[in-house]
Amino acid sequence: MLNSITQTLPVAGFWFRTGASNFVEEVDGLYMLILWISLAFFVLIVGAMALFVLKYRMRAGHDVEQSPSHNNAIELTWTIIPTLIVMVIFVLGFVGFLNMANSPEDAYEINVVANKWNWNFVYPGGVEDPNLHVWKNQPFKLVQSSKDVIHSLYVPAFRIKMDCVPGRYTYQWFEVDRLPEPDDADNIDNAGRMPDGSDAEVGYDLFCAEYCGTGHSSMWAKVIVHESKADFDKWYDVASDIFNDPEGNRRPLAEVGKELYLKKGCIQCHSLDGSAKVGPSFKITADQWGTNAKMTTGEEVNVDENYVRQSILEPNAKYRAGYKPGMPVISLKDTKEKPEIDALIAFIKSLKDK
Amino acid sequence: MIATAAQLQPSNYLNCSKGWKSWAFTLDHKRIGVMYLVGVLSAFLLGGIFAIIIRLELLTPAADMLGAGDATAAKDRYNEFFTLHGAIMTFLFIIPSIPGSLGNFFLPIMLGAKDVAFPRMNLMSFYLWVGGAIFFLSALLMTGLDTGWTFYTPYSVETNAAVIPATIGVFILGFSSIFTGLNFVVTINTMRPPGMTWFRMPLFLWATYSTAIIQLLATPVIGITVLLLLAEYTLQIGIFNPAYGGDPVLYQHFFWFYSHPAVYIMILPAMGIISELLPVFCRKHIFGYKFIAFSSVAIALIGFLVWGHHMFVSSQSKMTAAIFSFLTFFVAIPSGIKVFNWLATMYKGNIRLATPMCYVLSFLFLFTIGGLTGLPLGALSTDRPLHDTYFVVAHFHYVMMGGTLIAFLAGIFYWWPKMFGKMYNEFWGKVSAGIVFVGFNLTFFPMFILGTQGQARRYASYEPVFQPLHITATCGALLLGFGLCVAAAVLVHSLFYGRKAPMNPWGAATLEWTCTSPPIHHNFDETPWVGDPYIYDNLVWDPEIEGYVERTPSRPGMKPLEQPAHA
Repeated sequence: MLNSITQTLPVAGFWFRTGASNFVEEVDGLYMLILWISLAFFVLIVGAMALFVLKYRMRAGHDVEQSPSHNNAIELTWTIIPTLIVMVIFVLGFVGFLNMANSPEDAYEINVVANKWNWNFVYPGGVEDPNLHVWKNQPFKLVQSSKDVIHSLYVPAFRIKMDCVPGRYTYQWFEVDRLPEPDDADNIDNAGRMPDGSDAEVGYDLFCAEYCGTGHSSMWAKVIVHESKADFDKWYDVASDIFNDPEGNRRPLAEVGKELYLKKGCIQCHSLDGSAKVGPSFKITADQWGTNAKMTTGEEVNVDENYVRQSILEPNAKYRAGYKPGMPVISLKDTKEKPEIDALIAFIKSLKDK
Repeated sequence: MIATAAQLQPSNYLNCSKGWKSWAFTLDHKRIGVMYLVGVLSAFLLGGIFAIIIRLELLTPAADMLGAGDATAAKDRYNEFFTLHGAIMTFLFIIPSIPGSLGNFFLPIMLGAKDVAFPRMNLMSFYLWVGGAIFFLSALLMTGLDTGWTFYTPYSVETNAAVIPATIGVFILGFSSIFTGLNFVVTINTMRPPGMTWFRMPLFLWATYSTAIIQLLATPVIGITVLLLLAEYTLQIGIFNPAYGGDPVLYQHFFWFYSHPAVYIMILPAMGIISELLPVFCRKHIFGYKFIAFSSVAIALIGFLVWGHHMFVSSQSKMTAAIFSFLTFFVAIPSGIKVFNWLATMYKGNIRLATPMCYVLSFLFLFTIGGLTGLPLGALSTDRPLHDTYFVVAHFHYVMMGGTLIAFLAGIFYWWPKMFGKMYNEFWGKVSAGIVFVGFNLTFFPMFILGTQGQARRYASYEPVFQPLHITATCGALLLGFGLCVAAAVLVHSLFYGRKAPMNPWGAATLEWTCTSPPIHHNFDETPWVGDPYIYDNLVWDPEIEGYVERTPSRPGMKPLEQPAHA
């Protein structure tokens, strides 16, 4: 009901970006209702103020007129009416909130692991991806956690947000009812911001909304919406084995390493062009390969496979001169992740020739 | 023997003793108030410069300016600047602003008293503020604080930044605030003159009294919280950091248990100023005195029960969220009551649009927007998309800056003639109010749209689609800064070239206007007679002194009422 009153008004698109989830109607509807109530009060207050200033301004021949300085009836009126109005707003907000807080039984669960400064979405089969892949008209429940500090998963087009708190799980759910369209604000190509700098995928923006340090403003991802479960499965099959291409042929290790570099968030802190970001550039590492590099402690360490492996598994054990410790521990499961470490090493070594 | 200039001038608190020691060791509440005024305005200038730097960085979508093209460095600098902006503005400026300066100066005079109850504690409070400020600035000069002014764990216990000096600073500043609050509570309770019952007190005192109660009860909690944070940081005891078995959300509860009531420490004195100024410039008794007085107390009390609305998306339970949302809406009501009573005061008044009144009107406009935009943040479902976005940034700047700062300026322009004995240029004063008003709206209104469109807070870089709104906000910030400079110039100019202020330039009926301008060292030669603080019938404009004088009602051959020529 709320929606039919408010969504038809021309000011609707001025505030929120085009919505795409089951919560949009409820949230936008209440927002617009509050907006109209607020506008009414604003016009009343500022209108009365302007009128009084014009009518009663000090000028020749004008003086203060007698009027009472208190009136309990009018005081009660402007206490009780606003109280009733805010109670209505509270109840409507609470009802909408309950809907957002209670996920349906059949929701498809996706684990979200946030860390400085990238998102990792872990699907029930174990596949991990830096973007959130979902399909239309299916409820999804996000089981969120954080590896380091507090982050917050925010998708403006879905009107959802929930913190990722280290040491506990948090939850939110949604159901997408609309595929992103080319004219949505979300589809504007964020040149230079998509991890690999090109081919920004068409999807809804997903931001970190809780301040988390240097990379906070670039800790973002896309929600990729597939038309159906079948389309999702097609993507899933490819994503589940990054060592093989869709035809089932082995991919070169360095290529797999590059994909891991983009997907696992290495790119947030390590450049490929030699420039220093939060961490040393992989290009520098490649150029130093086989030679000694200076650590903060003054120690010289030979840059080789063992050094890179240790830097991934125990990132803060040795760090190069000029850099601060702080890289998150990507994984402790050495054996399981070994092929991926091999791929990353191959990728770093491949940079030397560039 | 030739008389010196000082001997020719009547003695007042400014010239009664000389030398830096007469200020540094003064126990005079007026001098302490002036030192606070200089201190908080310096902090405001510093925080304002950081704000301008933030806005300049946000002119372009990429993080570039602050790092000279290096994005990582630019982001780190940006994070430090927004942290310093928030921390300085909150702890060094806005919390001590009105109570420390105008409160210290005028609270005893409005009571007809010679000083506050504990003058030494008052001076101590100022020096604690200075000490806390030095710790804050040392954090700036050391590695750069980048935690945000909220020091959220576990970020604040993991970062390499200077969290320790900053939190010690907060702890010290907390005591400064407690001392001020304690002084005010005792002064108002014990030093009211005969005849001044609670309900004959000026409303500014009701507001500062309510504020002082919050300062006393809430500030110890932030003190304890930063000590726990310090213990965790240095001794690695698990309190807030999950790495040692602590709970980061517990920190948020502790932090906001203070910091939400602190919001009312910031706004209540501002509301008190408005309640004081409006009737004077409307020449009419304040409407609904008791409702305004009790609404201050109600805000102070309910303000303690709503801290959880800062954590609607922090995984608190559904029941908790519902209760906090419910209570949050109740705290809106007393603020609404005040606004309606202020409007009713204007009705059928004789409104004099002097500079302080222009700031009051600006306050009413901006505070109304600030208050109403709290509604979608208090409602649980609409808070989801708006939480931690620019919508929140816009909302609290409308309340804190459009509310408190504008009211503070109104108060400074109103009491300036009393404090320094000089009248400023009315025309340029009004111009400053106009520029500040336009600049403010240009800066912060676009942020509401940015917020609903999905711009999260504390972003050094952003999507190009947001750029036009960011550019508008930056232009507004520059205009706002210019307007504030004009206001400062008007005031400073008056110190040197201003006409001598009459005793009662605005025709107010509170006791400070029965002192000379500026007041003598001990405020009153004899304890003043206490009347209703809002009855103006017996004050008439005297064009010769360009101020109001008291008229004995039934004198034959009474002068007809006249208006100020520049009204």
